[in-house]
Amino acid sequence: MSTNVILAGVGGQGAVLASKLLARAAMGRGLPVKTAETIGMAQRGGSVFSHVRMGEGAHSPLVGRGRADAIVAFEPAEAVRQLPFLRPDGMVVTSDAPVVPVSAATGGPAYDLPAIMSYLRERVGEKNLVVVEAAAATDALGTARAMNVVLLGAAARAGALGPVTVDDLVSAVHASVKPAFVDLDLAALMIQGDSPFVSSKSQ
Amino acid sequence: MHREFLMGNEAMAVGALVAGVNVVAGYPGTPSTEVLETVAKRRGEGVYVEWSVNEKAALEVAAGAAYAGTRTLVTMKQVGLNVASDPLMSLSYIGVKGGMVVLVADDPGPISSQTEQDTRTFAAYAKLPVLDPSTPSEAYAMMGEAFELSEELGCPVIVRPTTRVDHGYEDVEVADPEDWRVNEPEGFVRDPSRWVIFPALSVRAHAAIEKRDAELAKRLSGYARNDVTQTAGPDARPRLAIATHGISATYVAENLSEKDDVRVLRIATPYPFPEDLAAEFLDGLDEVLCVEELDPVIERALIATCGRRGINVRIRGKLTGDIQPSGENTVESVGTALDRFLGRGEACELAPGGSSPRAVSQAEGRECLSTEKNPPAPPTLPIRPPVLCAGCPHRASFYAVKKAMRGRKTLFCGDIGCYTLGNAKPLDMVDTCLCMGAGINIAQGVTHVEPDTAAFAFVGDSTFFASGITGVVNAFYNQANMTLVVLDNSTTAMTGHQPHPGTGRTMMGQVVEKVSIERVLRAIGLTVVETVDPLDHELAVETVRRVADEPGVKAIIFRSPCVVLAKPQTRSTVDAKKCVGCQRCVRELGCPALVPDATTGKVRIDAAQCTGCTLCEQICPTNAISGGERL
Repeated sequence: MSTNVILAGVGGQGAVLASKLLARAAMGRGLPVKTAETIGMAQRGGSVFSHVRMGEGAHSPLVGRGRADAIVAFEPAEAVRQLPFLRPDGMVVTSDAPVVPVSAATGGPAYDLPAIMSYLRERVGEKNLVVVEAAAATDALGTARAMNVVLLGAAARAGALGPVTVDDLVSAVHASVKPAFVDLDLAALMIQGDSPFVSSKSQ
Repeated sequence: MHREFLMGNEAMAVGALVAGVNVVAGYPGTPSTEVLETVAKRRGEGVYVEWSVNEKAALEVAAGAAYAGTRTLVTMKQVGLNVASDPLMSLSYIGVKGGMVVLVADDPGPISSQTEQDTRTFAAYAKLPVLDPSTPSEAYAMMGEAFELSEELGCPVIVRPTTRVDHGYEDVEVADPEDWRVNEPEGFVRDPSRWVIFPALSVRAHAAIEKRDAELAKRLSGYARNDVTQTAGPDARPRLAIATHGISATYVAENLSEKDDVRVLRIATPYPFPEDLAAEFLDGLDEVLCVEELDPVIERALIATCGRRGINVRIRGKLTGDIQPSGENTVESVGTALDRFLGRGEACELAPGGSSPRAVSQAEGRECLSTEKNPPAPPTLPIRPPVLCAGCPHRASFYAVKKAMRGRKTLFCGDIGCYTLGNAKPLDMVDTCLCMGAGINIAQGVTHVEPDTAAFAFVGDSTFFASGITGVVNAFYNQANMTLVVLDNSTTAMTGHQPHPGTGRTMMGQVVEKVSIERVLRAIGLTVVETVDPLDHELAVETVRRVADEPGVKAIIFRSPCVVLAKPQTRSTVDAKKCVGCQRCVRELGCPALVPDATTGKVRIDAAQCTGCTLCEQICPTNAISGGERL
């Protein structure tokens, strides 16, 4: 059976790069991989997603609703947006940092972070929800640029990526990331699940 | 051979290189762009590649090279085929000597296109064979097969992937570079009876094409990628069947198991349609469900097959309301259709708004998240329409025109590119958008009816070269009264920053003389052609006011580089003591880097997005913002 993961975020947060990293990590384990993602106009500040399917038995690059084993979200509202894809008892690993769109300030719906976080806790369940404190991770790394990799590391540690481990991700970083970013990405992967940066009880 | 993790578009590019393609031309357009970019990145020495000025030029370049006996590839999106259709329709009659593949990417949804047109239908109209891949691996292999077929038949062959195949990734087995084919083209052989289209030639050619396609349809019934399978094994005698194609075939596979007793026909060559294979497939069936995206091409072909051969099988699909008539198929939309067709369990229906699955399908692996009858509704989520980037010079250009023309009767015609996003609030500066380059003559057309309207046509630099110039000639010569605004960010930004004639570099890596937009406009005859930095706000507004009141066709070129390429390093910051929370910057500009505080109302600048363009600094009534620097 395949492991199906959905990466979700806002254009510019690195969902595409994260899905490539995850795919390479899975290929490093000898697994066949299929992915699908948003490219084009939606990348300009829109909601973006990548579907990653690892292992035998996947035909389509897209995961069906109710069939994803995990959602890894770089933005909490985007985690909620993708929730219909999650299977029962599936995991959600999300950043706690909202990206408030222009529309919220120009007449569109407001961004209700507390409602979004409590909905996630209620629907996903405390044991299947990992909330990464983005500000703490950003402070530790000195940049917000590697949050996509921080989230992947947290997901691997939580067992949300099926057979893919943090070590597999480390190998994938060495193999595929531009030399200038290798150290940053490795540091991002090393942010520990049991450190104050990651918890399921924030907010 | 080795395995690589490739995007469908990359796989097709590599497939073409493996097949020894020598000349590659195209025009960028989502979802096709990465094919040509990959060719440019991975080509060997003998491969020529160019981003042409538009799809028609690309197809003509490739046709010439194919006349000279080389293998050629042309890439475009589906609406690009409309631009290239003039040469393509005639080329179908003339034919080629070297193999020619026309790769046209369709966009069900549509996700990033104006139309949901189906290139399978276009191929039948143009009487050209078309191949329809289901996966990146298959798309890779089809490129070589398409070149072989093209050379054998002496006509272009269309390869038609859709977005999910173009942009899906897969580990693909590819040939090593030392095994790539090397061609030695014969060169162009002069023969006016072959290469010069006249009615006499077309009479002969049309008859030959009809005969060829009838024979080809028979042969394609044996093509391995047109296949019939059965979920319950070869000996089962199912009464129900599915006919499908492309990415939808993978959605069908996701939703079938050996517990279902169905036959599945997958069509990889929708034109010419393999009718003999279809007739075998129909044998012993009661009903067929056609699972297609875009046009009901297979559905119509099966109906015709039944009619012609007196086969009594009911054909269902889009035409009977069993499959959605428009929009993209998904794993679950196909699952629901199969559940209904096969009488399997209860369909996994979506709650109102499509936000949360409600009931539970009995089919294996199709449980929905909630088994509750009424799961709690999710909180209202922020909406995220795509917006112009923080610091985008187009924002400044639109804002300058808006401010300059406030209170006047105006028309703002937009065009295709990032700047179509100028339609979003609060800018709200796009009244029309039709197709590449159309805004110029649409503006002209409106002024014939409303002479008192101050008409503006906004066009990007790449679009100007692609199909804007002829529009300016038309407007100028026919005495229109309008303002042309060229938004020149010195790249083709929307599709990922491809070079064009205004950039001074080519896809072969040469640095060349730029084609000057100012000189083109002056050569046409325009006397008022002003170039201004849109981020110099006061000057920009003053220029628009002055130029708009000149008679005839006049032009403003707003020139400032795309921030994604230029990566400006300065940042603006807000002095919270000076900010009075009026939010004028947010309301007027809608820049995503301007974030109002929910409690104080004061504005903060998101340093991760800000480019220090200074536009907000220039309009802040209390001078609370500083620190940026214009490029």
